[in-house]
This record gives sequence, structure tokens and C-alpha cells, in this order.
Amino acid sequence: MLNPAFEAKELLLNSGTLAEKCMKCGRCSASCPSYGEMDIRPHQFVSYLQRGDAESLLSSTTLWKCLACFACVQRCPRGVAPAQLIEAVRLASIRQQGGDRINPDDIPAEIDNEMPQQLLVAAFRKYKG
Amino acid sequence: MVFDYYPGCTLKTKAKELDIYARKAAEKLGFELREFEEWQCCGAVYPMGVDAVAGKTPSVRALKVSQDNGRALVTLCSACHHVLKRVNHKVEEDAALRATLTAYDDELTYDGKTEVLHFLEVLRDKVGFDKLADAVTNPLTGRKIGAYYGCLLLRPGAVMAFDDPENPSIIEDFIKALGATPVKYAMRNECCGGYISLGEPEMSSRMCHKMVDDAKGQGAEELITACPLCAYNVKKQTGDGLPITYFTKILAEALGLDVEGVQPC
Ligand code: SF4
Ligand code: SF4
Repeated sequence: MLNPAFEAKELLLNSGTLAEKCMKCGRCSASCPSYGEMDIRPHQFVSYLQRGDAESLLSSTTLWKCLACFACVQRCPRGVAPAQLIEAVRLASIRQQGGDRINPDDIPAEIDNEMPQQLLVAAFRKYKG
Repeated sequence: MVFDYYPGCTLKTKAKELDIYARKAAEKLGFELREFEEWQCCGAVYPMGVDAVAGKTPSVRALKVSQDNGRALVTLCSACHHVLKRVNHKVEEDAALRATLTAYDDELTYDGKTEVLHFLEVLRDKVGFDKLADAVTNPLTGRKIGAYYGCLLLRPGAVMAFDDPENPSIIEDFIKALGATPVKYAMRNECCGGYISLGEPEMSSRMCHKMVDDAKGQGAEELITACPLCAYNVKKQTGDGLPITYFTKILAEALGLDVEGVQPC
């Protein structure tokens, strides 16, 4: 297994945003429509990565509750993009062997007649490596 | 005026209305949407990862064709618009990404200079809402319409540059131009849940209900959107709480165009 601190560094790099600018004001979490569903809230997520704790993040529910609505990105007063940090960890998770969160064989049962392609395409992008 | 037009996957299938009414309206307003001969699905979500280069290539291909054509690229679907606009911006600001794209395929050598416009921006900035108002033959007088912006057109504001991300007015101005009464409500730029509705519809339901209750509370009697996924989630989760249609449908109606025979959204 890779050194978790090293992994966190990689994740930070792949997020394309600067977590160290965070001043821990919590505005990202206050803006987040999924806040109540997340075990690690957006502002905490930033701190976990700064501390190098990639392992906790990889098993966090937050990865699957973020809607990519960009409210946190819009409202962060320090120009941090928490959604991009979550995305970097999510990518690392679904790219692991066996990391897929969606099985194409299960999809037909979920589809109704009005469901837009956009929904399926987005879900595949978010849940499958 | 001729624009390159990127319809995207959903406008060819479940959201045909969004597309058909836009084309008819454009014709009446004196501009043309010229669909690409070939285009690939944008992927529906912006690939945020720095190393997520492959997911950006369908957008780059379309953007490059527009650059070669010397035309602006017009979108209708909020998701397509979001993805294309953000990829364009990223390519323009990121030399390392440009180098990777070129290394990947010479055909992907592109500098991010194409102008990407949403159809609503064409109406506001190229046609003008005053000219649009002049072209209305069937004003929607007395209709109280709430604009549901959702997330993707507005955020992040620094890149999308569509309107004030916290207090937008472009769709309200559009509604006014059609002779109807826009109803502003606080939740109009909140999320519908997006793709979460596939596996966790109860999360989407909560968000859609909050938004619809707010719109209703402010007096809206119907909602309009530019996003097929917003339309789907709102309808599916809130039933007939408030009817929701595509903005292009009320546009076609106000322009006196035949809106019969198109599948409802
Ligand atoms: S992008 Fe994700 S983390 Fe940010 S506010 Fe939206 S749901 Fe919350
Ligand atoms: S809004 Fe920005 S600065 Fe404030 S806690 Fe969130 S990431 Fe940190």
C-alpha cells in the first residue's frame, strides 16, 4: 500500500485547487445541499486532506453525496474549490479495482420512460471508473 | 446570424421539445442554429480532475470545429453548456492541458478561444430582449412564471459568466419580454439533486420540494427551465406541484409558432 500521506499529496495535486488557502470558515458546508447526508462535511474534507488523511476520505459517504452543484465553489471566500477535492478522492476511489459503484446490468430496472440520457451519462461518470 | 449548434444527447431523445422550439424560434427571430455534422456527447458532468483529460476531448473537438468555422458555438442544455464552457475556459488558461491534448492527438490542438453561448445569451446579447419583445405576437399576459435556474448555468460564476450567480435575472427578463410576469424566489438557483435521483430519489425529492414550495409561496403558477435533468427531477419528485416546461416552449408560444405535435417534456 502507498504511504497515505503521499496519496493525499497526489489527491491534492489532482484536485487542481489549493486546500491550504482554507481559513476554516465553514461557508462551504453551510452552502451544501447534501451537508446532512455527509459523514465528513465539505469544510472538514478540506482539513482531512491537509492533514494527509486520505484513508478516511476514501471510505467517506461524502464521495457519493456530493451533487457537483458548485455552491461551495461559488461561495468560498478564499477561492478554494471543495467540490474539486471531493472529486479527486472520488476518482481515486472508483479507479481502484472493484471500485465501481454502478453495475450496468442493474440499470434497466431503474429506468423509466421519461428519464433523460443526461442522468444516465452523469451517473456513469460519477459512479464508474 | 449563423451559429454552430451543439444539441447534445438528451435533446435528440427525451428533451426534443427543448431543441425543436428553439430552432423554430431562431428562424422566426432571424438567426440560424447550424448543427454540427458530427458531435459527441459532452459527458454531462464537467471532468474536474486535473488528470481527467480524456473526458474533456469530446468538448474540445466541438470547440475546435467552431473555431475553424469562425462561428460562436451555441448550446441549449444546461449540462452541455456547463461542460463546454468550462472545458473551453480550462484549455485557455492551462498550457499543460493544451500540451497533453496535442500529445494525445494532433487534432486536439486548440487554444480555447471559441465563444460559447447559451441560447438565452444569444437572445439577451445578440438579438436583444427588446427586439424579442417586438417579435412577440402572442404575449403571455397574466401568466405568473418562475425561472428555475438550477446550478449548471450559473456556477462557478467566474467561469460561466452567465449572470449574477446569487441573484440572476436573465430568465426573468426573458419572461418579461414574452409579456408574462416573472416570479422571483430565493431557491431558484438551488440544486434539484442532479444524478443522485438514480440511486437516492429521496434526496432529490427533498430538494425539489423545497424549491417548488418556495416558488409557489411567491406566487408562481408554472416553472421554466433549460435543463432536462431539472425538468425530470422536479416532475418526478413533485408531481403536479407546479407544471414545469422548457423555456423554449413558452418562447415558441409567445412568437405565435405552432407548438402542437411535439412530445411534452
Ligand atoms: S458541490 Fe458537492 S460539496 Fe459542494 S455544495 Fe454542492 S453538493 Fe456540497
Ligand atoms: S468556504 Fe472555503 S475557506 Fe471556508 S471552510 Fe470552506 S473551503 Fe475553507
